[in-house]
Amino acid sequence: MGVALQTLGLNKRFGGLLATSEVSFTLAEGARHALIGPNGAGKTTLVNLLTGVIPPTSGKVLLHGTDITRLSPDQRVRRGLARTFQINQLFPTLTPLDTLGLAMTERLGRGNDWLRTAGSHPGIAEAIAEVAERFRLTDVLTERTSVLPYGKQRLLEIAVAFASQPQVLLLDEPAAGVPESERHDILAAVAELPRSVSVLLIEHDMDLVFSFAERISVLVNGAMFAEGNAEEIANDPRVQAVYLGDAGHD
Amino acid sequence: MSNVNVPHLLLSRHRWRWPEIAFWLAAFACLLMPSKHLILNEIAILALFALSLDLILGYAGIVSLGHAAFLGAGAYIAGLFAIHVNGDPLLGLLAAAAACGVLGFITSFLVLRGSDLTRLMITLGVALLLGEIANRAAWLTGGADGLQGITMGRLLGLFEFDLYGRTSFTYSLVVLFVLFLLARRLIHSPFGHSLTAIRDNPLRAAAVGIPVKRRLIAIYTFAAIYAGIAGALLTQTTQFVGLDVLSFQRSADVMLVVIIGGAGYLYGGLIGALGFKFLQDWLSALTPQYWHFWIGLILVALVLIGRDRPRRLLHSVQKYVTNRWQSLTGSKAAGSSTGGA
Repeated sequence: MGVALQTLGLNKRFGGLLATSEVSFTLAEGARHALIGPNGAGKTTLVNLLTGVIPPTSGKVLLHGTDITRLSPDQRVRRGLARTFQINQLFPTLTPLDTLGLAMTERLGRGNDWLRTAGSHPGIAEAIAEVAERFRLTDVLTERTSVLPYGKQRLLEIAVAFASQPQVLLLDEPAAGVPESERHDILAAVAELPRSVSVLLIEHDMDLVFSFAERISVLVNGAMFAEGNAEEIANDPRVQAVYLGDAGHD
Repeated sequence: MSNVNVPHLLLSRHRWRWPEIAFWLAAFACLLMPSKHLILNEIAILALFALSLDLILGYAGIVSLGHAAFLGAGAYIAGLFAIHVNGDPLLGLLAAAAACGVLGFITSFLVLRGSDLTRLMITLGVALLLGEIANRAAWLTGGADGLQGITMGRLLGLFEFDLYGRTSFTYSLVVLFVLFLLARRLIHSPFGHSLTAIRDNPLRAAAVGIPVKRRLIAIYTFAAIYAGIAGALLTQTTQFVGLDVLSFQRSADVMLVVIIGGAGYLYGGLIGALGFKFLQDWLSALTPQYWHFWIGLILVALVLIGRDRPRRLLHSVQKYVTNRWQSLTGSKAAGSSTGGA
């Protein structure tokens, strides 16, 4: 299998703190990979380094073998690397329809078009309808995002990233804060993501990690601590000690 | 569940609705009120200036307390162009637009970063700076005496600018209409949608692939061109430029206009300009010394009530009339515009 996303000796230093330390990590094509780690392990920093929100102190990020270390976040999205946010980052005054249309238009490289009507690009309406269906948003397409129930907003959060047609998708705690009754839709949407998309799941919720991920990496104090398949990680005593142990092992 | 017609939803929003058509018919009908042409000309120019501010403030979320910088620059360029180069109004308009485009592009880099407060101070600073330059460079601008000796050629070689403002108002109104059409196109385009996205959430905008800085530079430049054209119209229709075109008062007034009419809504600037001039006229006739008192009171009230009230009121009036019309004529345009639930 090919490599979708790779980091080589990635470091990030904030003053005296080494938030990311020599992280060399590989995400295979079509992967269902989870990144776990206790609070303060540097998961968010790593996501920000991967997506270009902050520059690394040293090291490289490769997307399908191409060095993207110096590209801005929006350039990386146009290359096929999309992300979701742990805390919803949506467009409150836009509808899901506009939001999805926007993401698709930018991916098509037509966002600069200022004389044509948004949505007139051939095929875009069908594509929006398809994504809306997949993420159970069809019934709220024309409502303002700010008035949507939290569960729907959470679905939209993933749908927007998916609408950018990524080859690599980083999901940052997709089910965070979602009430039990609305969880099912989100877990199902995540489970149904097509294999053409390589997924890295950053997650706290062990049930979700073990039900979704085929491979798991454990980050501790900014460094890669362990990596393996779900069973190996679950049975690794070192991992239990640093992570599962203090998270209330059941 | 999937009976939602996405193509229809996507494309129906930019269609012309009857209130819009009525608005422009009424605007052009004002040509038949010759005694009011001078004030109507002022309103049309103010409306264009406000439209310009609304593009950056209402759509892209860039606050500016110095938008008069571009109005003033356009006004002076048009005046100097008429004196030293050519008296043709349309050429002067193009010259002012081009110059303000360059000025807008250069200064746009100053407003890319920082909080709203930073942007307020920077825009204010740029306008003050230009104001002082215009004041000092009296050899060029006439300084505090204003730029005099502007004589405009005939519009299109045919229409002379008359004392009663007939040519002036027609000219300003047509320019306003054409630029409005262009702005309307822009707002409903993918580019326009991306501006709203940037205003709502710049972090996510970048995360869906929008080059945030480039879009902001583009709209700021575009708005500067609009303001510059408004300034040029002011010069050409009054054949004079005073230092006040660059004053803080101008910047504050246009902000007021956008707030009165409603920001982030193309007609906001136009309705605001009408409301502002009307209020100014009416209140200063009522209590000549205190008209700013009333304007202040209205401003506070408007902001407390909520800035998008006028727009929502307009929407409900539109809905009501459309419904009445449909029930009267018995026509049922299946699920058009009113389709809720």
